[in-house]
This record gives sequence, structure tokens and C-alpha cells, in this order.
Amino acid sequence: MAASRGETRKGEGKTLADSDPAIVVEGLRKTYRDKQALAGLDLTVAQGTVHAVLGPNGAGKTTCVRILATLLRHDGGRAEVAGYDVLRDPDEVRYRIGLVGQHAAVDEELSGRQNLEMFGRLYHLGGRRAAARADELLERFGLAGTGTRAVSQYSGGMRRRLDLAASLIMQPRILFLDEPTTGLDPRGRTEVWNAVRSLVDGGTTVLLTTQYLEEADQLADRVCVIDGGRAIADGTAEELKARLGGDRIEVVLHDAAQLPAAASVVSRATGAAGVETDPDRRRLGARVTDRVAALTETVRALAAAGIEAEDIVLRRPTLDEVFLHLTGEPSTADTTTAETAQEEISV
Amino acid sequence: MTTATFIDSWTMTRRGLAHWARQPVQVAVQLVFPVMMLLMFAYFLGGGMTVPGGGDYKDYLVPGTLALTMVFGLEGTMLAITQDLNRGVIDRFRSMPMARSAVLVGRSVLDMLQSALGLLVLLGVGLAMGWRWHGGPGDVLLAVGLLLWLRFAMLWLGIFLGMAAGRPEMVQAVQILVWPVGFLSNVFASPGTMPDWLGAIAVWNPMSATATAIRELFGSPGGGGGSWAADHAQLLAVCWPLALTAVFLPVAVGRYGRLSR
Repeated sequence: MAASRGETRKGEGKTLADSDPAIVVEGLRKTYRDKQALAGLDLTVAQGTVHAVLGPNGAGKTTCVRILATLLRHDGGRAEVAGYDVLRDPDEVRYRIGLVGQHAAVDEELSGRQNLEMFGRLYHLGGRRAAARADELLERFGLAGTGTRAVSQYSGGMRRRLDLAASLIMQPRILFLDEPTTGLDPRGRTEVWNAVRSLVDGGTTVLLTTQYLEEADQLADRVCVIDGGRAIADGTAEELKARLGGDRIEVVLHDAAQLPAAASVVSRATGAAGVETDPDRRRLGARVTDRVAALTETVRALAAAGIEAEDIVLRRPTLDEVFLHLTGEPSTADTTTAETAQEEISV
Repeated sequence: MTTATFIDSWTMTRRGLAHWARQPVQVAVQLVFPVMMLLMFAYFLGGGMTVPGGGDYKDYLVPGTLALTMVFGLEGTMLAITQDLNRGVIDRFRSMPMARSAVLVGRSVLDMLQSALGLLVLLGVGLAMGWRWHGGPGDVLLAVGLLLWLRFAMLWLGIFLGMAAGRPEMVQAVQILVWPVGFLSNVFASPGTMPDWLGAIAVWNPMSATATAIRELFGSPGGGGGSWAADHAQLLAVCWPLALTAVFLPVAVGRYGRLSR
């Protein structure tokens, strides 16, 4: 172990060609005492992209990240990070990754600066460089004014930013973010998102696990949906949404009694096969293929039929719906997150 | 030990020292506790104590308390290890290309440092109470060496127990159990005054071996006499910690390495 550390101290090991994936996972299996966490997971992450791993609690997201970050050993399959096998060359992997876990992996009793200096020393930067790097990162993450205050007195957002800063000491090529915004308030979440975006601009590959569909939608180039320890879908957010077959038009009527009439009008105007109605909310909805035509035709036909609409909304399927469609169970994301993800056009 | 291991262990030791600097009260309490024990036994109970073979009880008590303090250090080690393993920061350490053993080595250096400091304080208080050693400087150094050797064994037992316990709450159970184990020895009273079967156990307690051995080296009363264990106390004071370390060091290190499975 010591010998291999010496050879690659400054990341001098093999470098990947641009076309090589940053992360390769094949048939990954992990069983805890009585529970199978991963049941043959496949995942490929291209360099310089953000790949979200989305799944309900217990789907295997964290297990996957912990294996890739060399914290857990898998029982079957293969996992390569930056071209190195995580079991054969864990130290090579460790020099090239950063990890931000669900709980801030920093020493709560020390100050932010003491933490960053300590980690810098453990990366063998030496005292002076570790101190300089700590200064740089504190400045960059807006923590320069925290002085000697212990991390235990930080806010959730500050703690997560320090965690992120600690992960970036070696400017890792690959960053693992395991539910980086769980438990943060909206402001803390935005802070973390902005930090992640600026990293991605610098070319870092990010593997992000999340329960929040909005987070995947906002940050990720590709989304891998996992359930029961295996990937059940992988693609861009748009591709996954397209699987549901187009957009959805929703009409809220003034008078619920007109719902049946309106349903047939909308069905004829848009050519939609099934129109669902919800009398309690005076609402009807239908899946449509041509967005703009559906909207204009619906408006025109309803007016012609003398049916008064209070609201007409055209929206793309949310990842929530995709998730529901794929896993057959509601995602654990709260409804407010899903609401904000929808694109609304009010008439 | 490679250079990297050495550097990383030193970094981890510095981390512990930084914790001390932030919690001076906690450090002080840990140093004061054995002093309190010494004073209570010397002045509350000491009047009623008789020393086997005659002599001043304080002369018997001070070496006993030194040995007891080394064994009670086990609690501190155990608590620190469980706290550390339950902290998120351990994940970062383990995802970094640092020496695996540095966390444990750092802990060891720190705890040995604390115990050495505790010994100094206790020796100072003992001298202030009127206790004196009668052995030569070599004998005194050897006595201190035997004490730290016992502490070193307790270190690995503590690391093992800390990992086995898993949660800081479990440490409480050990903190209670360490009392009967500590008192079932010749630290405060001669095993000859105990019921026969208890006395026989007390004589063989590793702590009794160290206490008897350092009493001999300090020239304090109560050393030796009566049983094979007491007659060979210095040998046992070397062998007992050696045996404990030989068992628990590899087990503790192995267990730490397996945390990732």
C-alpha cells in the first residue's frame, strides 16, 4: 500500500482518455447480513457529466456510493473509478475522488480551518500548502469569517459547504454526492446546488444520489433510476419523461357539471384517447403529443362550445410521474418539490 | 512503520491535542478524578486500614492508586473510540489515501500522553501527602515503565471494547463493571483480608501484579509475601500486559480493518 502511494502521490498514475468513462459499474452485488442491497447494478458515468442516481429509500443508492468511495467492499460484480478497480487499487481511487455524504464528514469539535488543514495534511500536502489550501477553500465557500468557531455551531448549510470544501482539497476528478441536500432548508439547498454547478463547469464528474426529483432535474445530465438494488432506467431527464408519452393538458372548469361535455370537446380537439376527470377539483386532464396545437385547439373548442375554463395548464411530465410509472410506488420526494418542477402555461 | 504512517499518525495526534485545547475542563476532570480517589481513600477510609506487614497506609495506597489509574484509563480510550467511530468524519478518513492505522496510532499516542500526565500529577500529590519512594532512580523509572506498560495493554483492550460496544451508551456498562474489577485486587486492601476465594482471584488480578511490583520498586510496604503470584509480581507485571496486548492488539487492529465489510 505504501509503495503504491509513493508512485502516485501527485496523481501521476494512469490518465483516462477523454472517451473513457469516469465510473464503470457492472453487475454490482452487495448483501448485508440478511438483506440484499445491490442485486446486479449496472451504471456508466461519462467524464465531465453529472449523473444522478434516483431511487426510494433502501433502493441501494448509498451502498453504491460507499462501494465506489472504497468505504464498503462489494461481494460480486465490478466497480471501476477513474480507471482503477476499487478493490484492487483503493488508494489510487482515494487520490482521485471526493465524497460528500449524508452527514457532514468533518470533525465537529474543530473549526472549519482546523478541519481543512488536517485533511490537507492527511493528503500529504505538508503544513504550509495545507494551510494555504484551507484559506483558499474557506474563501471560495464563504466560510472565511468563521474564525475559530467549532463546526458544531455551524448551520446545516455551512456544514455541508465545509464538507464540500473538504472533498475538494485535492481537486478530485470525480465527486460523489450522497443526498447532498437532504435535511437542508431551501436556502442551504440552493447554496449547495450553486457550488455543484460551478464545479461541473470546471470539468468535475459528479455522481449524485438523491430522493429529490427536482434535484436530479436541475443538476443532472443523466438520471439512473434504481429500485431494489438494480437500475430500472437510465437516460436524460427528457428521455425518461418522453417514455411516459408526451405532455399533459389540464383544464379547470368553472362549473363541475360541464365536465362530461368538456371531456368530449377536449378529446375531439386534441385527439387524446383517454381524458380523466376529477369532479371534486373541477378538473380534467389528458395526455397530448403536439403541445402547442393541443393548447390552441382546446382553447378554441371550449370557447366554441360555450364552456368556461378557469385555468388551462400545459405541462411536461415531472420526474415524479416517471418515477411512479417506473417503480410503481410514489417517490419519497415531497409534493412541493414536484409542484415546482412543472412547467405551467396559464391562459 | 513507513513515513506516511508516521506523518498521518502525528496528524491524528495533533487532532486530539486540538480537542484537548478546546476542552480543557474535560481534560482537567480526567486528571483530577484519580487524585480525588487517592485523597478519599487516604483520609476518609485510611484511618481504619491496616497494611499487611505493618507500615503507613498512605505508602501502601499511593502505588495502588497509580496502578488503578492505569486500568481506569481504559474507559477514556473506549469512550473516545466509540465516539470517533460514530462520527461522520471517520468516513472521510477512510475515503482518503491516508495510512489505515493512523487513527488507532494517533489514539494510542494521545492516551499514553494523557496517562503519563496523570501519573505525574498523582505522583506530585502523593509526595505532597508525605509519601516517599525509597528505591533508587532506576527502580523508580522501572516502576513508571511498568505502569505505562499496563496502560498500554489497557489501551488495546479499550480500543477492542470500544469497537465491540459500537455505541457510546454501551460504554456506561463497562464504566460500572470496571469498579468491581478494579477493587478485586490489592490496590486498596490486602487480599488476605478478603474471603479466601475472592482473595485468590484478587492476587492474580493483573493490577495486583503491577501494584505489588511497583511497591517493591518504590520500597513501599505491602509488597510481596504469601503466594506465588505475589512472590513473582515483577515477572507478572511484565507478562500480564504482554499477554493482554498480544491478544487484543491484533484483534482490535483486525476489527478496525474489517469495518468496511
